[in-house]
Amino acid sequence: MKIKVLSRNPDEYRRETKRDIHKVQRNYDPKLHPFEAPREYVRALNATKLERVFAKPFIGALDGHRDGVNCLCKHPTSLSFLLSGACDGEVRVWNLAKRNCVATIQAHEGVVQGMCFHPDGRSFLTCGLDKVVKQWGISEECTINEEPINTILGKSVFQYMDHHQSENIFATCGQQVDIWKEDRSEPVRSFTWGVDSTHHVKFNPIETNLLGACASDRSILLYDLRGSTPLRKVILSLKSNAIAWNPMESFVFTAASEDYNLYTFDMRKLSAPIMMHMDHVAAVMDVDYSPTGKELVSAGYDKCLRIFSVDTSRSREIYHTKRMQRVRVVQWSLDNKYIISGSDEMNIRVWKARASEKLGMLSTREKASMNYNEKLKEKFIHHPQIRRIARHRHVPRQIYSLSKEMRIMKESRKRKESNKRRHSKPGAVPYVPERKKAIVKEVE
Amino acid sequence: MESSENKEKDESTGTKSKESAKPSKKAQKPWRKKFFKEFDRKKTEFQKRAKTRQEKKICETQETELTEKSVDNQPETVKNKTDKKQPEKVKKKLRNIVQKSGPNKDLKRLQHGPKQDSKANRDERRDPESPSEFRKDRYPGDAPVPKKLMSKYQRGKKLHTKGARTHHGHVKLVQNEKKVTMAVKQAARSERLLQEQSGFMIPEDGESTTNVTQSDIVQAADITTAQKHFNLELTQFGPYKAQYTRNGKHLLIAGSKGHVAALDWLTKRLLCEINVMETVRDIRWLHQETMFAVAQKQWTYIYDNQGIELHCLKQPNEALRLEFLPYHFLLASSNATGYLYWLDVSVGQKVASHNTGLGRLDVMCQNPQNAVICLGHPTGSVSMWSPNVNEPLVKMLCHGAAVRSVAVDPTGNYMATSGVDRKMKIWDIRKFEMVHSYQIGCGAGHMVFSQTGALGLGKGNIVEVYQDPCRQQLTSPYMIHKLKTTVNNLHFCPYEDVLGVGHGDGFTSLIIPGAGEANFDAMESNPYQTKKQRREAEVQMLLDKIPVEMIHLDSKMIGKVDMKSFVERVEENNKIHFKKPMSISYEPKHKMKGKGSGRKKEQRKRGVIEEGRRQTVKELVKDKLQEGAQGRKESSTAVSKSKGVLDRFKKTET
Repeated sequence: MKIKVLSRNPDEYRRETKRDIHKVQRNYDPKLHPFEAPREYVRALNATKLERVFAKPFIGALDGHRDGVNCLCKHPTSLSFLLSGACDGEVRVWNLAKRNCVATIQAHEGVVQGMCFHPDGRSFLTCGLDKVVKQWGISEECTINEEPINTILGKSVFQYMDHHQSENIFATCGQQVDIWKEDRSEPVRSFTWGVDSTHHVKFNPIETNLLGACASDRSILLYDLRGSTPLRKVILSLKSNAIAWNPMESFVFTAASEDYNLYTFDMRKLSAPIMMHMDHVAAVMDVDYSPTGKELVSAGYDKCLRIFSVDTSRSREIYHTKRMQRVRVVQWSLDNKYIISGSDEMNIRVWKARASEKLGMLSTREKASMNYNEKLKEKFIHHPQIRRIARHRHVPRQIYSLSKEMRIMKESRKRKESNKRRHSKPGAVPYVPERKKAIVKEVE
Repeated sequence: MESSENKEKDESTGTKSKESAKPSKKAQKPWRKKFFKEFDRKKTEFQKRAKTRQEKKICETQETELTEKSVDNQPETVKNKTDKKQPEKVKKKLRNIVQKSGPNKDLKRLQHGPKQDSKANRDERRDPESPSEFRKDRYPGDAPVPKKLMSKYQRGKKLHTKGARTHHGHVKLVQNEKKVTMAVKQAARSERLLQEQSGFMIPEDGESTTNVTQSDIVQAADITTAQKHFNLELTQFGPYKAQYTRNGKHLLIAGSKGHVAALDWLTKRLLCEINVMETVRDIRWLHQETMFAVAQKQWTYIYDNQGIELHCLKQPNEALRLEFLPYHFLLASSNATGYLYWLDVSVGQKVASHNTGLGRLDVMCQNPQNAVICLGHPTGSVSMWSPNVNEPLVKMLCHGAAVRSVAVDPTGNYMATSGVDRKMKIWDIRKFEMVHSYQIGCGAGHMVFSQTGALGLGKGNIVEVYQDPCRQQLTSPYMIHKLKTTVNNLHFCPYEDVLGVGHGDGFTSLIIPGAGEANFDAMESNPYQTKKQRREAEVQMLLDKIPVEMIHLDSKMIGKVDMKSFVERVEENNKIHFKKPMSISYEPKHKMKGKGSGRKKEQRKRGVIEEGRRQTVKELVKDKLQEGAQGRKESSTAVSKSKGVLDRFKKTET
């Protein structure tokens, strides 16, 4: 008779010294892990609740401007510095890490319309309502010389400006889109299409010779520096305030429209946007992509910021505070962690890009548990209770009631259309997709 | 030897003669001559080599062959014989194996065997001067995981990836399925890392494990194991009940006359010993070894491991049986008047109390896989209860006479019942069908399953253990142990090969090889946990406490898709989509004395309209309720009132 009885040596299961870590033996046999699904569900529920508990996105406000903030500019090489221009012509340099103002200059008479850094980070350009473009030198510690390096007098008012990704070229817009070289006082070339003025221009960060512009005749224009004529334009039902290029997909850009929506276009096919982001209840003033190209943030005239995933039409997050007024500009920091917004009431606000993220160093265990929780949330997101908690946001009453009103309006429009369709000849009232409704025309 | 050489020479000359038949060609192309010369040289070399090999073989075989037959000394004949015999032998072997194992694959594999050999020979034959080829890895990639092992870790069937409506969805499903299979594979692989091997008894021919006594085991085992068999003689307060903690480290014993003791049974260190001065009907450890519940004469009390009374639970009155559901933190108790009562011990609140109306409830056990309480009744039926539903989830007639004990196996698939009719039956509780039925001498009074599925049962003063009675019909018990007094209670110690028996004269710990799970999961329950770990685990357990609403016959329900009610919901939504709210027109009369002002008028108008709406809504609800009642009569299903996470699985009544 062979007999073997289970007998463990405790030394194999206990740690040797107190400084050692505990030995954890695993056995993944499902029999030893009853109630897997319910326990996971409970964990997912807890994780979702905790996420909402820790969702405190507001980090701090940078105040100092004496007029509404009109433009923001990220430093191309340093994460901690930020430029801001106000409506009174003042430009400030901020240290985000210390949350203080490093330098101040009175750059223009009247509003600072646009700003852009030179890609090497040694100088930056500003343009103002006073028809002047100025180039300023900036040191590594972000101190600015009082006098500009270079001043260019323009013929008309500049509305916005942007710098080329690598070369010494920058673009301004106003009555027409002008391309400048930094060492010349005359534009290298000018683009026009129609008579209307343009108020926004952006270089494509990947296909660096392309640039997009928003014109006041409700159109979005695309130019190629290598060609002599503009590429193409698309006319929307309402004016677009700003555009942003996807930093990862060269042919995708998003326009912030006056009709409360954002439209993401594929440059190759402008007849219909690939995605329509809706949730704002007032005009969208500005938009910026995250450096990963997966998400975008928009600044609304409804006094809130919204974060969208590029492939969803509804926002995943809304940021607002009691004191924040109409948001003019918004930027997503280059480390994908922060969002910076400038608003009418003279403040610049710094937000976390993920509201419940823990800042600072994380231990491996913390990281592991965070990953586990993320996965659980993802797995159970379609369960009604978890979904409800994950989606719930407290919004200001104004936004709440306006969005309700908009929903009613939309429904009634839909109802009207369906009634129309019911009472007319089949095929007389065609089905038009929602995202196509905003597009008036595509012009080559 | 000579003759064989001659033969070879003949052969070689034969080939030469053939070549010589066409001399003209040879003369024409001098390089051919060279080639043939080279060929001949190689051939002779090969033949020489082959010869030496054969000789070697002969030398080996000669010894055996010569003993069998008085053979003439000519080795050639011997060689020939062996040459014939060897393939015959191989063939025979093959045939035998194929007959045994059956499938054609094996045959093929075996046939491939010698082929590979020949390949190796060819390699040998290759010129030694030629550069050695780069050889491929013979076993590339990961080691394969056996399918049977994989199936142990699989949860449910694979998804139909073709059912996806969009390409994107299809890709996502495929990716997900890949991840799942990878996880299963990894889990299956990790089985290699398990340290312990479970216990066993393997009888030799003519022996049987049934005859093995405890003293035999103690003699065969090492000292630490031998200490696991012991007997506590406590004649004063008997009969005793015993229970181990979930990690199997601590033991709680209680005599029906009031003696309660908690101890670390391995080191025999006493945690506490008290006399409650009352009848003790049942005992139960709570989630950890810090607290235990004792069902006493009138009320149920909770003590800590120092023996200090923490709580007195006045409901239910005179509890007969206790059961603790560790993942839900519920203490279930039943009493003689037929009440089944659940208490949430983490918050101290009553969860549910059902009047079963089935008489005295002194047979109770829990299903460890779904936390449903199984009750055995004097009528011979077994009912299963969840706190969410006011009637039994399942009621099955198991015996012709009263049920004496019920036990559910750790996989939650089988249930064992025994009755006064002296039968022990095994039920498949997935299908609610009987699998096996055994006639037990004087009937089993107490039954319990071990972690590995062994069934311990107490009949009179005899304890019998059956190994795996659910999957096969057994004829004899695995082990038998005879006691002096009647068995009162049985409990297998988790993660140990030990069966604790409470009886009239105290407590006996029996060693049952192969009863316990060999490898514990420290994240689930750890026998070697420190105090700090225990505290941390407690917090974790409380965080993962499963809500009561999720107790259901199918515990995996929450992970499944409820297609039916989803379709219903969509249809309903579509129905009401174009419905207009009813309009009520009412013009209030003009009234004097300040009641005719605009505001008052408007208020009256609102009131009337609201009242009208309420009336219509009431009527609607009434209609729907009636419809629902009719529907319910057709499908008499129980619906609880509580709103919970599982509500979405219930049928909508509209």
